[in-house]
Amino acid sequence: MLAPAVSAEQLPILEMRGISKSFGAVKALSDVSFTVREGEIHALVGENGAGKSTLMKVLSGVYPHGSYEGSILYDGQERRFHDINDSEDIGIIIIHQELALIPLMSIAENIFLSNPPSRFGVIDRSAVHERTKALLAKVGLDEAPDTLITNIGVGKQQLVEIAKALSKDVRLLILDEPTASLNERDSAALLELLKEFRNQGITSILISHKLNEISAVADRITVLRDGQTVGTLDCHEGVVEEDEIIRRMVDRDMESRYPKRTPKIGDVIFEVENWSVYHPQHSERQVVKNVSMQVKAGEVVGISGLMGAGRTEFAMSVFGRSWGRDISGTVRVHGKDVDLSDVHRAIKAGLAYVTEDRKHLGLILPEDIRKNVSLAHLGGVSTRGVIDDIQEMKVAQEFRNRMRIRSHNVYQETGKLSGGNQQKVVLSKWLFTNPDVLILDEPTRGIDVGAKYEIYSIINELADAGKAVIVISSEMPELIGICDRIMVMHEGEFVGEVAGEEATQENIMRAIMRRKVREE
Amino acid sequence: MSTPSNTIAAPQRSAGFWKDNLREYGMMMSLLAIVLFFYFATDGVVLKPLNVTNIILQNSYIVIMALGMLMVIVTGHIDLSVGSVAGFIGAVAAMLMVQYDMNFVVAAILCLALGGLIGAMQGFWVAYFKIPSFIVTLAGMLVFRGLMIAVLSGRSIGPFDPTFQKLSSGYIPELFPSESGFYLTSLILGLALAGLLVWQNFKARARRVSHDVETEPFGFFVGKNLLMFAIVGYIAYLIAAHRGMPNVLIIMALLIAAYAFFTNRTIFGRQIYAVGGNEKAAALSGIKTARLTFFTFVNMGVLAALAGLVFAARLNTATPKAGLGFELDVIAACFIGGASAYGGVGKVTGAVIGAFIMGVMNNGMSILGIGIDYQQVIKGLVLLGAVCVDVYNQRR
Repeated sequence: MLAPAVSAEQLPILEMRGISKSFGAVKALSDVSFTVREGEIHALVGENGAGKSTLMKVLSGVYPHGSYEGSILYDGQERRFHDINDSEDIGIIIIHQELALIPLMSIAENIFLSNPPSRFGVIDRSAVHERTKALLAKVGLDEAPDTLITNIGVGKQQLVEIAKALSKDVRLLILDEPTASLNERDSAALLELLKEFRNQGITSILISHKLNEISAVADRITVLRDGQTVGTLDCHEGVVEEDEIIRRMVDRDMESRYPKRTPKIGDVIFEVENWSVYHPQHSERQVVKNVSMQVKAGEVVGISGLMGAGRTEFAMSVFGRSWGRDISGTVRVHGKDVDLSDVHRAIKAGLAYVTEDRKHLGLILPEDIRKNVSLAHLGGVSTRGVIDDIQEMKVAQEFRNRMRIRSHNVYQETGKLSGGNQQKVVLSKWLFTNPDVLILDEPTRGIDVGAKYEIYSIINELADAGKAVIVISSEMPELIGICDRIMVMHEGEFVGEVAGEEATQENIMRAIMRRKVREE
Repeated sequence: MSTPSNTIAAPQRSAGFWKDNLREYGMMMSLLAIVLFFYFATDGVVLKPLNVTNIILQNSYIVIMALGMLMVIVTGHIDLSVGSVAGFIGAVAAMLMVQYDMNFVVAAILCLALGGLIGAMQGFWVAYFKIPSFIVTLAGMLVFRGLMIAVLSGRSIGPFDPTFQKLSSGYIPELFPSESGFYLTSLILGLALAGLLVWQNFKARARRVSHDVETEPFGFFVGKNLLMFAIVGYIAYLIAAHRGMPNVLIIMALLIAAYAFFTNRTIFGRQIYAVGGNEKAAALSGIKTARLTFFTFVNMGVLAALAGLVFAARLNTATPKAGLGFELDVIAACFIGGASAYGGVGKVTGAVIGAFIMGVMNNGMSILGIGIDYQQVIKGLVLLGAVCVDVYNQRR
């Protein structure tokens, strides 16, 4: 490993010059230049589809030399990668958003999957164990090397991926949305780790939508828009405002990240009383502990909490017992007790649940927009059990226009849409059921700033239409920005409630921490 | 959000139409090409009236089972037991009709009900206990093969009541008997069917046009309908020149029409595709996924029983070898017809075309005198090739 060059004028470790890449007629990157200095944390930002991932795939050799124009200089030498092994050999490691760990193998086996230390072709188990321990210590993960991946949370899995990168003598670490599925605390820990790496001379490229994180750790920020470099901001030459980054990303002023709304709040239309849920596998574990809540018509209520607080479990168990066992409690919609024993009945009772995992639980990816939109309410486009294809298409078009889903037409496969547009299709599906109560679970996860704004506007419209909206989110600024009231969940209980205008990240965290302290 | 919404609403001419039908046209063309190839290779023997009727009779039970198998495959499962079930039902039918002299209508109804029960037993484990269908039906394949041999005590049982035989070897009655031996009724029926299809197509198109939505180019549409009319008419003519329409063809045609409608147009059908496409998302959209999976297996059982009856009636005896290897032909027909092994994709018409591609190849190769050994090799390669082409097209 080379010694880190920490001089006044840091040398570029990487220079990408005039990179262009097309897919058929679509130009994904045009003449992009991107320079990363040795030992810095360089953030790469841009809306979904701006070309960040494509650029990183060019860099890591996923798109081999010859499939793009332009040149890559690494350590001052031109490099031509033919596959990902070529780039890994010289210390460029990319960690994708979707983690590539094998769930039923141990941490150690995953870290040394491709080239375990061995003697005469036989894996040297004790060496694997020792080296894994050392690597885990480096990333601050307190788990035994033979723990199975499936038994640790996403946050820890992320750390395993990083440990894996370290095992390959990484010099340039690329992280694609590393904190997208992490809670605040794990995110903060990860960012600290990146700073630690910077001190050790490891260069990082950080792709993220979370601008507060970027301003917290990045040395420089490069903004991509529509496949072109908009510019590079240096964080050491004065403070970089988040709004400044957004302006560059979307090429327009955004008055506020959250659209304004004057709440018109009516009567209570949704009540949950003494709701209790046990874990489906570990039946002694009570995941939701006798919680109660009320939501009024026209009200947006947020549920905040750390990962594992039981928010998704609470929502899914209410929505037709889709999660958990030994569920008890009562739910009233418009003052009447409703039967929520399966999803079909929950929909009938006027509930809709927009999942946090749109790819696995929300959409039928190989099917088109039209069929996904009508799926939860096929009765609405059919007579006597026979689907009217024209009516179905018209419904889909209506939602496509209303939600501004960007696609060629309603016959486009949902698997080929960007994250924001996929989310809008899932929302359309649920709006078509015309629910009274909407539960939105992480509605803006992994989607870009522009699409987020549109989702917030839709949430506002729904509230204005007199619906009760519940938003579960791990991004506190988002809850503070859009909710009339925020309930704080911790370990399966509501531990605090903050009115929208009084809500700050501090008093939400305080509600959580107060409870934690009492426990300890 | 910078895109003005009015630009999105631009008319969408034919995108959806192509997406839904292109694959099917390709299949249809492949079948046509295979028929033409054998027509020339066998000096026209393949399209002799007698042979056309034979191809239909020989493949009827495969087609009937392919209808059920397609739905099983679409939900993301597989049923390996259908050959054994068909054979077992044939044996039970022989036992009831021949040994116990039961009325054939009552016996047939009992057999279909038994088929449904067998499907229910297998579907129960798959749908509610989440045991992989491959394993459940592999077990079923062994169990029912064994039970069949037990019922027959290793012998063949026959012959059947002549009226029951008509199920497979009978033909529809001729209303205008002529001395030339030409069965006019069948021709009229065939032409009426062709006319009905064309009329349906025109009606559907007119409706699309009136709502100003996606349609295929008019020239293509007319050409397609002419070609279809010509092909159906010609087949009807060939059939009429032999002995007229076999009864089993009428059963097949009704079943194909019913299942095509069911899978394409009804809520139930749509939900089956949704379950296969993404079971969890379907469940969270209020679809009763387990119940649907269970139903597809019950349905498969009934159709396997029907196929078993047709096959037994055709051989006029129940033998311990009946149904051996049918499951492979049926599954191959579905995959050649464009069904996806991952579930969620596949059409009834595709499976029927797939069955006839296999059937015409079997028939043509036999006429050419290709041994059973190389026939298998060629069929295997065609299956692999067809799926490769499909996967390649999907990736593009």
